[in-house]
Amino acid sequence: MSTTQTSTIDFGHSLRDAVVAGILTMLVFSPITNFVLKQYSFTLDWFRSPFFLNGVAIGLIVAFVRFFVSVGAQTQTGQNFIQNFIKTEHGVEVEDEYADGGKRLRRILLWGGGLMAVFLALGLSGIIYRGAGIALVLVVLFVMIAMGVRIPKRRGKKHPWKGALPVLFLVGLLLPLLFFYFGWFGKSWINNLTLAMVYVLLGLGLNIVVGLAGLLDLGFVAFYAVGAYFLALGAEYLGIGFWSALFLAPLLAALCGGLLGFPVLKMHGDYLAIVTLGFGEIIRLVLVNWINFTGGPNGASVPAPTIFNLEFVRRARGDAVPFHDFFGLPYNSDYRYLFVYLLLFVISMIALRFFTQLRVMPIGRSWEALREDEIACRSLGINHVTVKLSAFMLGAMIGGLAGVFFATAQGFISPQSFNFFESVLILSIVVLGGMGSSIGVIIAAFTLTLLPEFLREFAGYRVLLFGLLMILMMIWRPNGLLRPKRSVFRKSEVA
Amino acid sequence: MAQDVKEDAILSVQHLTRRFGGIIANNDVSFDVRRGSITALIGPNGAGKTTVFNCITGFYTVSAGHIYLTRPEGQVEIGELLSRKITGGSYLVARAGIARTFQNIRLFKDMTVLENLLVAQHRKQNRNLFSGLLVTSDFSDKEEASLARAFEWLEIVNLSEDANRLAGELSYGRQRRLEIARAMCTDPAIICLDEPAAGLNPRETRELSELIRKLRNEHGVTVLLIEHDMGLVMEISEHIIVMDQGTVIDAGTPEHIRNSDVVIAAYLGTEVED
Repeated sequence: MSTTQTSTIDFGHSLRDAVVAGILTMLVFSPITNFVLKQYSFTLDWFRSPFFLNGVAIGLIVAFVRFFVSVGAQTQTGQNFIQNFIKTEHGVEVEDEYADGGKRLRRILLWGGGLMAVFLALGLSGIIYRGAGIALVLVVLFVMIAMGVRIPKRRGKKHPWKGALPVLFLVGLLLPLLFFYFGWFGKSWINNLTLAMVYVLLGLGLNIVVGLAGLLDLGFVAFYAVGAYFLALGAEYLGIGFWSALFLAPLLAALCGGLLGFPVLKMHGDYLAIVTLGFGEIIRLVLVNWINFTGGPNGASVPAPTIFNLEFVRRARGDAVPFHDFFGLPYNSDYRYLFVYLLLFVISMIALRFFTQLRVMPIGRSWEALREDEIACRSLGINHVTVKLSAFMLGAMIGGLAGVFFATAQGFISPQSFNFFESVLILSIVVLGGMGSSIGVIIAAFTLTLLPEFLREFAGYRVLLFGLLMILMMIWRPNGLLRPKRSVFRKSEVA
Repeated sequence: MAQDVKEDAILSVQHLTRRFGGIIANNDVSFDVRRGSITALIGPNGAGKTTVFNCITGFYTVSAGHIYLTRPEGQVEIGELLSRKITGGSYLVARAGIARTFQNIRLFKDMTVLENLLVAQHRKQNRNLFSGLLVTSDFSDKEEASLARAFEWLEIVNLSEDANRLAGELSYGRQRRLEIARAMCTDPAIICLDEPAAGLNPRETRELSELIRKLRNEHGVTVLLIEHDMGLVMEISEHIIVMDQGTVIDAGTPEHIRNSDVVIAAYLGTEVED
């Protein structure tokens, strides 16, 4: 491919690529998809339906796509795309947010806002399929990403993002209410968004442990379970309500984090991963087997949330007043989900701002320093014990918080929600998003939790797609969607 | 506290022995480091110099013997800091005022040069979680003070233009200087440099010797260094301790060491007489 100005496209080359890719795909997938197991024998079915299980169709589809990818990659736009989006080299970027007077950020804000408006219009007018729900999800995603942007403090300079944040926050808070009021979207979408945000919280919590402190934790789901079960069992045995659980569960989870953290202080990498994996399994097995206390595999029910003692139930027990009666509204079970969503939205916004702030605080810097070199940390007087414990505890705290919301939103929990695959999912959110990046976590959490909802037809292939996504990421962007960025400091701004 | 440590000794190593299983790395090593001096620890490879360093900086516990650090604020024994229950550890040694650099540079490579210096100043910052999250004025004041100090040190070690680069991107010589600056940011009374000139070219070595002098003369820190570059050692150090096979074989001024028969024998061997 000599570099002439007029980039000629080698169609023959593309065709060859396509044929090879198609044949390879057929060879790989046909033995899997075209054999049909009938009692004790296999039968070969070349034209199996649905069509994507059909070996010939798979080969053709892949060849077709490969041809266009190959042609596309030879054009100038394709080349630019590859250069901009495929970053295999390892590395961290040092970025000065103020270098261009905030022009870039302002542009993103304008473009993002414009795009959101267009989507909203399209969605509401019913032009796109499942429009309103998708539009709302995209708006909330945009608001969250905007909230996750670092705003480094600079003397005498106003960050362009700062004025926009309260507005965006209100949009994220009020838009779902508006949608709900007009009946544009129902319970399922509020639930999906709630779930996505629970995973954002989980991702942020694990990102403290894995991304910042560099401690590979494969049992993070344990803290999530502690939070969720604290609410369910606390309500059953101690009469603890939603609000008390909201404050106490994170503390209990942090305590568990400390308990786990203490014995594993001297471990690194693989060894730590195995111990944490064991811890996660211990919690799950206790939940499954302690039937008298936890309800075992049958799970436990979670009480409805309350607001100023007004319960979100149809008929309250005793002399309590249900929410809808107090305001004279007809009963609608969606109020409960809407309430959980709104509260979760506020809390995840706070968690996001805290997470971004943590990175420029001494404690966040100590975590990152510990990840880079523990011995050097000790030589600088950093107590690695407390630093590691604080990472474990703060991460666990956010995990416990997420658990409370998950339990409330679901109304019922069982140990199945806290198995090892869940830990893997949370870890993939962190790895896909980019270690230590809050925006990456948001995007990854939304993608991994909401994509399966959009692709209901492919539900059986969820894990396959998931694996495929992981492989592609590792090839194209091994550092995650977003590379970790570091702030710039200028001497002129220090007194 | 009533240890017979000489009046002007900031660091006093007394009868230090360190064993690794059956191997004796240091055997009954004793020496003093005078306050405000530049002292060098030399010896052939495998003499046990780095083991002594690791004992002084608290990365190894001593098998026998004591190491005393005497500052105007009081005296501490390194072994006591390490053996404290639960809270004990080498980080306390650093807090007591012994800073060190490493033979194989240990920087926080994926953090910027400035952040490396900020991490070193963590004790002077406001570490309260809530004041950090809410960005109180006390938090920002202390943050700015440590930034100012970091810039100051970058100027001293001549790295100002690299302030916002990643530490891992710097050239070897610059990484060495950054590591020294980072150690100095912890406000030490004594700084232990483990082979600071290793891998430097002659010009960088000259700059290093100037820097070491500057540390002592302008920043009032005592310097203890391990070095193989005899030119550098003879030029800057006032007191030299020579080790061989785990013991101190001689100590004194550069002139004394240069003419010492035992030292020459240790480095070059003796003639076989038959």
